Amino acid sequence: MSFDLNLVLESLPQMLAGFGITLKLLLVSGSLGLVLAIVLLLMRMSGKFYLDWLAQIYIYVFRGTPILVQIFIIYYGLPQFEAVRDSVFWSILREPTGCAILALTLNTGAYVSEILRGGVLGVDKGLLEAGSALGMSARHKLIYITTPLATRLALPAYSNDVISLLKSTALASTITIADMTGIARTIVADTYAPYEVFISLAIVYMIFTLAIQKLFGLFERYLSRHTRRED
Amino acid sequence: MSDNPTRPLIEMAAVSKFFGDFQALRNIDLVVHKGERIVVCGPSGSGKSTLIRCINRLEKHNEGIITIDGIELTDKVADIDAVRREVGMVFQSFNLFPHMSIIKNLMIAQQLVRKTPKKEAREIAMHYLQRVKIPEQAEKYPIQLSGGQQQRVAIARALCMKPKIILFDEPTSALDPEMINEVLDVMVDLADEGMTMICVTHEMGFARSVADRIIFMDEGEIIEQASPADFFDNPENERTSAFLDQILKH
Ligand SMILES: Nc1ncnc2c1ncn2[C@@H]1O[C@H](COP(=O)(O)OP(=O)(O)OP(=O)(O)O)[C@@H](O)[C@H]1O
Ligand SMILES: [Mg+2]
Repeated sequence: MSFDLNLVLESLPQMLAGFGITLKLLLVSGSLGLVLAIVLLLMRMSGKFYLDWLAQIYIYVFRGTPILVQIFIIYYGLPQFEAVRDSVFWSILREPTGCAILALTLNTGAYVSEILRGGVLGVDKGLLEAGSALGMSARHKLIYITTPLATRLALPAYSNDVISLLKSTALASTITIADMTGIARTIVADTYAPYEVFISLAIVYMIFTLAIQKLFGLFERYLSRHTRRED
Repeated sequence: MSDNPTRPLIEMAAVSKFFGDFQALRNIDLVVHKGERIVVCGPSGSGKSTLIRCINRLEKHNEGIITIDGIELTDKVADIDAVRREVGMVFQSFNLFPHMSIIKNLMIAQQLVRKTPKKEAREIAMHYLQRVKIPEQAEKYPIQLSGGQQQRVAIARALCMKPKIILFDEPTSALDPEMINEVLDVMVDLADEGMTMICVTHEMGFARSVADRIIFMDEGEIIEQASPADFFDNPENERTSAFLDQILKH
């Protein structure tokens, strides 16, 4: 079997045309997912058992089912309901991109809220007691003590989740979206050269992952500036 | 909250505290007047920390009455806040906010709780950093300081809130021996200035020279309260003598 380098060079620019869509899927569902995660986290920390349970059930469902199945349910399943077609969300849900973003958001939100909770639980309780002793309110402690310290603690696990979200965006190609993977599949269908095309695709994802890792590494370094003794 | 000179600053009457089934404080009666310096000692698990943590409501007592400067501690958040504005606390493990510079550690609660303007908060912070003799460390982060320096910052942070009472929970137990004195010196200065203090410590030299009264606890009870002279030279209770033998042997 021979490896056709020309084919790689030809297909790379074509796949990169889908980079914008991959990036959009990642950024939009990543940020909406983060907002959802914070809401779920606040529900879990609210001290109200019904909010806590609701969040826990949600997290259980979305972590306990494959994301591909979630995408299919949203893309093929929801339009069956007239109520959905009549609702204001239809303009989003009729588009495969809207469905993919929704599924990715709901999924990453569940994972990230647990990651953030780990960060919050990792904050030294003594610091919160010191805050209380100084007269700080629960809100002050949340904003000035818990949030910055929990963010730093959660960051390594969070950056892993962003990377797995990037890889999950490839699943969008299963519902006709022309992201990088979607384009690669089309090229393969035309050229019958899966080996060259998919390896090139894999390399593009690896470079993208590396960039995300570097970016988070810098952010982590910034947030950890106070943990270095020498400055 | 007018200043009534005869009214005690701290009054605990028949206070009990439970952790589940376990009773950590039994029927505590304690009265502390303005300017008094109290040292609390006793074996591990005897309830010393729990006692002082009830005073600023880090722990909630289950029975009895605690009144701080005329404010009774109940579930009312406004009263708890009022008490915490009057009571400072210094912890064994310093508990400085690791992500804030030293000066920020001293300013944050002033700004948030006392609503002190930033400039004034900074001046007050520098004033107290000077008093604990480390103004040059203002811009550093806690981890860059030695344990003794961190504990002095923690004392300065409590002082910035202008408390009427300061609680110390074993402030020197986490320190290397050579750093204990720099912290005790600051505490002696505070005592000399008339600060009302309750100090859980096993530094018996400090207790003897600074305390007006020493309280000995065991199994959640106050077993003995006495002046340092009586406490060290003729302890009334056997458990006190046994404890003193233990601790003075080292
Ligand atoms: N949050 C808690 N939950 C359950 N039990 C607790 C809690 N805090 C303290 N206790 C128990 O209450 C008792 C008194 O604890 P406390 O910390 O007041 O003792 P202490 O005299 O300060 O001891 P040490 O010298 O070790 O600091 C101990 O038996 C401890 O195990
Ligand atoms: Mg203790």
